[in-house]
Amino acid sequence: MSPKTLYDKIWDAHVAHEADDGTTLLYIDRHLVHEVTSPQAFEGLRLASRKVHAPDKTIAVPDHNVPTTEGRDVFIENEESRIQVEALDTNAREFGLHYYPVTDIRQGIVHIVGPEQGWTLPGMTVVCGDSHTATHGAFGALAHGIGTSEVEHVLATQTLIQTKSKNMKVEITGKLAPGVTAKDITLAVIGKIGTAGGTGYVIEYCGEAIRDLSMEGRMTVCNMAIEGGARAGLIAPDETTFDYVKGRPHAPKGAQWEAALTWWKTLKSDDDAHWDKVVTLKGEDIAPVVTWGTSPEDVLPITASVPAPEDFTGGKVDAARRSLEYMGLKPGTPLSEVAIDTVFIGSCTNGRIEDLRAAAAILKGRKIKEGIRAMVVPGSGLVRAQAEEEGLADIFTEAGFEWRLAGCSMCLAMNPDQLAPGERCAATSNRNFEGRQGRGGRTHLLSPAMAAAAAVTGHLTDVRELM
Amino acid sequence: MEKFTTITGVAAPMPMINVDTDMIIPKQFLKTIKRTGLGVNLFDEMRYDDDGNEIPDFVLNKPQYRNAEILIAGENFGCGSSREHAPWAIKDFGIRCVIAPSFADIFYNNCFKNGILPIALPQEQVDALMNDAGKGENARITVDLEAQTVTTSDGESFPFEVDAFKKHCLLEGLDDIALTLEKQASIQSYESRIAVERPWV
Ligand code: SF4
Repeated sequence: MSPKTLYDKIWDAHVAHEADDGTTLLYIDRHLVHEVTSPQAFEGLRLASRKVHAPDKTIAVPDHNVPTTEGRDVFIENEESRIQVEALDTNAREFGLHYYPVTDIRQGIVHIVGPEQGWTLPGMTVVCGDSHTATHGAFGALAHGIGTSEVEHVLATQTLIQTKSKNMKVEITGKLAPGVTAKDITLAVIGKIGTAGGTGYVIEYCGEAIRDLSMEGRMTVCNMAIEGGARAGLIAPDETTFDYVKGRPHAPKGAQWEAALTWWKTLKSDDDAHWDKVVTLKGEDIAPVVTWGTSPEDVLPITASVPAPEDFTGGKVDAARRSLEYMGLKPGTPLSEVAIDTVFIGSCTNGRIEDLRAAAAILKGRKIKEGIRAMVVPGSGLVRAQAEEEGLADIFTEAGFEWRLAGCSMCLAMNPDQLAPGERCAATSNRNFEGRQGRGGRTHLLSPAMAAAAAVTGHLTDVRELM
Repeated sequence: MEKFTTITGVAAPMPMINVDTDMIIPKQFLKTIKRTGLGVNLFDEMRYDDDGNEIPDFVLNKPQYRNAEILIAGENFGCGSSREHAPWAIKDFGIRCVIAPSFADIFYNNCFKNGILPIALPQEQVDALMNDAGKGENARITVDLEAQTVTTSDGESFPFEVDAFKKHCLLEGLDDIALTLEKQASIQSYESRIAVERPWV
């Protein structure tokens, strides 16, 4: 047998049909559905009198535009949001899907709920009408975002028409320095390969620094694979993965657990597997980073200064000029002198318990700078409950943060949590696009610890100074 | 789905790289539960000022490009979210073909599901088309899917690649779901096999 990568193995295990021209019907093990990209798909099913092929493998949760303030279970003020949430409710019930409405403590961001409930398991194919589905790759599951037509296709057939991507290996060797986190790794990788560097590839992250990460950290890394253009990101499952999965509500039990484990342990790339592209970064070289521009590839260590358009070549010169103008930044300004007025901790990138612990560790016994608006939006109701139990919620509120209910919130600002034009936000989310957090809003992406540090000082800050 | 065979039309030049889906259709327009009607909000934040007035400099607001059917853009077009609202908005505006040096994966796939043809060409050829498009309404570019060529107003022709299956679906306007359902038997036999091999799934 020819050697295979992890991606090859998962792919081969899911081919339901292959046409002569190589077009493949890939079987989908888990389909996650949220309110924004699904209404038209269910509508399409109804119009064609089709059913959901495997309601048992379909999980629905509202997250993108739900408010994160109390009272949302009673009434959502914004009419359009309300209509979408109600449509999901009707669709989930009518088609018999697993469903976590806002009244359920397990509700949260779809990519946090899936793993938390044990829906996401190693070796699975997982899709969702959301590009950050890549998150689930942390379990060694082939997971990627799809459009609404594909959502409809999966609902109707439990398959996707796919062509295979190429294999890319991203290795992070050695150990991370203190203050450097999974978020810094994933941003550093995008900074290195660019936002289109992974186009056409599935990335497998490996190396000691990746192995050393918790599942939360691995999810943060895979979450942003899409920001590097890749179809998916993967990390081979190991003991850390199995420990996380074991005992979760929908994880296998008893003899099935043993059988699953036996298969899962085969899920790694063979030593002599072929890679179409290899990128290596030294863990020791990665610094705490922030973005300065309006593309996730605009990454620099916090110790650097705002670059000038002339530092770039090709189309990037104009892009950088436009970014700097939008961001209101002058070339040469030290990044650590950039004042912010808003801090957002949350999202499917960094809304898990470990992220809240990292931020709280910096905030403990400190107060946020006067005039700063800061909010923490836990990724799920369960993360929120755990943080309250561990006393993290108190640390946040005592420091001056707002403590919110679970949802996507200011990651994409479809709910009332938005930036006003010109406001500048230190955000733990994944996109710094123009207008992403509100029209005219300016976003700097960074880790939860760095976000907490910025909240304390009122400007982008090297977290190592507060450790 | 609407068929795509050949179009000859005005091409709008948009020489920006990394045009993301938030630029194509900002999130405030994702709250619809329909697929149509998004064309007026295509490129909303670049196209209108804070009071909702058109920004005259923006390419699609210029008289010669208001009816553009083709868009020529920089590399990594359509990066960002999986929102199919992006191709819906492009289609609703009347654009049927986007030409760029490269596309983000999900956006690229989404186009085909909506009767839009995304074409990736080498940078020099995109530059030539960008120039041609810059001449305005008299420069009509022809895209022929059957022959897999893009032809400038001066008659210079560039061949492009497209996946054979995607091409077939677009030429015939086929609905993928109906095609897949014809393979129902394979799907069911796969499911029976997995129920034994990996029962925990
Ligand atoms: S938190 Fe942000 S990136 Fe994640 S699913 Fe929600 S909107 Fe998308």
